[in-house]
Amino acid sequence: MEYLIRFSQSHETFRLPEIQALAIIEGIDLKVISYSLESPFCIVNLPSEDAAKRLIQRSILVQTIHELWGAGLTLDDVHAAVRSKTAHLWPQYASCSFKFSFDSYQSSRSGADKVRIINSFAYLGFAGPIKMSKPDQEFILFEDWILDSTPLGIPDPKAYFFGRYFATGARDLPKKLDLKKRRYISTTSMDAELALITANIALAAPGKLMYDPFVGTGSFPIACAQFGALAFGSDIDGRSIRGEGKKTLKGNFEQYGLVGNLGSVFTADLTNSPIRKMALGEGGEDGARGRVFDGILCDPPYGVREGLRVLGVRDPEKSPWIIPKGIEMYKQSDFVPPKKPYSFLAMLDDILQFSAQTLVDNGRLSFWMPTANDEEQEIPVPTHPYLEIVAVCTQVFSKWSRRLITYRRLPNAQVDPEAMKARDETRELLGKTVDELNPFRRAYFSKFETPMTPAN
Amino acid sequence: MKVLTLNFLTCAVKDCKSSNNSFPLHPKDAELVYDDLEINPQLLVNVLPRVDWVALRTTSTELGFPELPEQPPTVEELESDEKMLQDLHKLLMETQIMEGKLVCGNCGHEYAIREGIANFLLPSHLV
Repeated sequence: MEYLIRFSQSHETFRLPEIQALAIIEGIDLKVISYSLESPFCIVNLPSEDAAKRLIQRSILVQTIHELWGAGLTLDDVHAAVRSKTAHLWPQYASCSFKFSFDSYQSSRSGADKVRIINSFAYLGFAGPIKMSKPDQEFILFEDWILDSTPLGIPDPKAYFFGRYFATGARDLPKKLDLKKRRYISTTSMDAELALITANIALAAPGKLMYDPFVGTGSFPIACAQFGALAFGSDIDGRSIRGEGKKTLKGNFEQYGLVGNLGSVFTADLTNSPIRKMALGEGGEDGARGRVFDGILCDPPYGVREGLRVLGVRDPEKSPWIIPKGIEMYKQSDFVPPKKPYSFLAMLDDILQFSAQTLVDNGRLSFWMPTANDEEQEIPVPTHPYLEIVAVCTQVFSKWSRRLITYRRLPNAQVDPEAMKARDETRELLGKTVDELNPFRRAYFSKFETPMTPAN
Repeated sequence: MKVLTLNFLTCAVKDCKSSNNSFPLHPKDAELVYDDLEINPQLLVNVLPRVDWVALRTTSTELGFPELPEQPPTVEELESDEKMLQDLHKLLMETQIMEGKLVCGNCGHEYAIREGIANFLLPSHLV
């Protein structure tokens, strides 16, 4: 059966990856029949109405889903489709209360137009009472208009869809987790809508173990917990986890009644992580001491608002006293270990390597990374032989964008061993200062202008 | 810090990664609290294959819990064994180490736990 999904016309590149992820979580066979980034209307094929309800129940970007009765470029096409395909459905709705409504994307219809068009559906033979509030059934005519149709004098939409409404997505969920009402946040907390979408794409679900290695104030673990997963997190800055007084990461979970879904949070550095890992090529099947996480999701520091740091000393020769001092002091409870600048590209690579070693087969890594919009300064999507790219979603700002990149951990048998050898040989670190290490930071502070070649 | 999490953690020092003695970390002066949480059998069944059973037996004994069976239950056994589900729920999910230390059996490094949050940052000579 064909269904019409009415998407929100926002975060367009995230919409398909989100419902495709939800289809995997629910074990539903989803076929996309027609979809475009420019339109909020998407036709899909699904096994049943029940499957359709399950598919969208936790979708952030789906507004509603409808049984598709007809679609076409003209109203006559729609009538022809409805007559030929759905006559067997009409008697079911002959006596229930109902209403007809319009959803005109990028335009609107006058009352007289609406009445005229509704009356053209009289052949359906619905004799039940018309109720504008809480009817038993709602039939909607969707119209896809070209932008600025009225000033351009275009009289008709470019496409019509007619369907019976039956379920609503989770568009209200971001309000529940709204940052404005969250007790404890920081300048870099991910907004609730995008955190929830990330958790959906990373396949967070009841019984799953999810981990955020740059946890901050806990936006991603909260979103994962909201979907029933057990959420873990760590951060190199223990202060962000501890917070102050009642404003703590755990306090956020308490605010939402999600404490039961909080695994543990701890202070750790990704390059010296205490999480046990499997050597690449091992584990993942059933059996003792497998890989740990079903999903890893994070918004690593970009090095613009917050510095990129790992444990270590930047230049041990210039500051030879740091290490002996550490040996003397490290057992004191207020000791703060020294940190050094960290390469943005090395960090991305470390996230991939860590994920390959700790994700179960088919587990997902979803992380955010920034890039310049200018093609010459664009930072390429990082790759790893054990990780297959599933989706690249983009949120565009004026001169830069951030991307949500999602990978699937390949089962060992599907990995090309030659690719792994080549990777080990190419990994090199360049530079020591913050700017040298971070092409995004450099581009950001040079306002994303391409350096001019000096004239001779 | 949940006992489940402890089963996922080794010493953060790189030289210890290859040593069998660095896992599991050993709790020292541990103050335990018990959260009252609803049991989630689906989670326990999903977690079971990821748990290192030998290490869990060690941790369980070190924290003063009754001895766990020598072999882990299979997923089918766990699903049908209400008592085993309850015991594992209590041990893995409800038990938290709030204060104390985690000690590496190889290098002896001690990681402090304060207010339930363990600190795995290392001084420069160990990085």
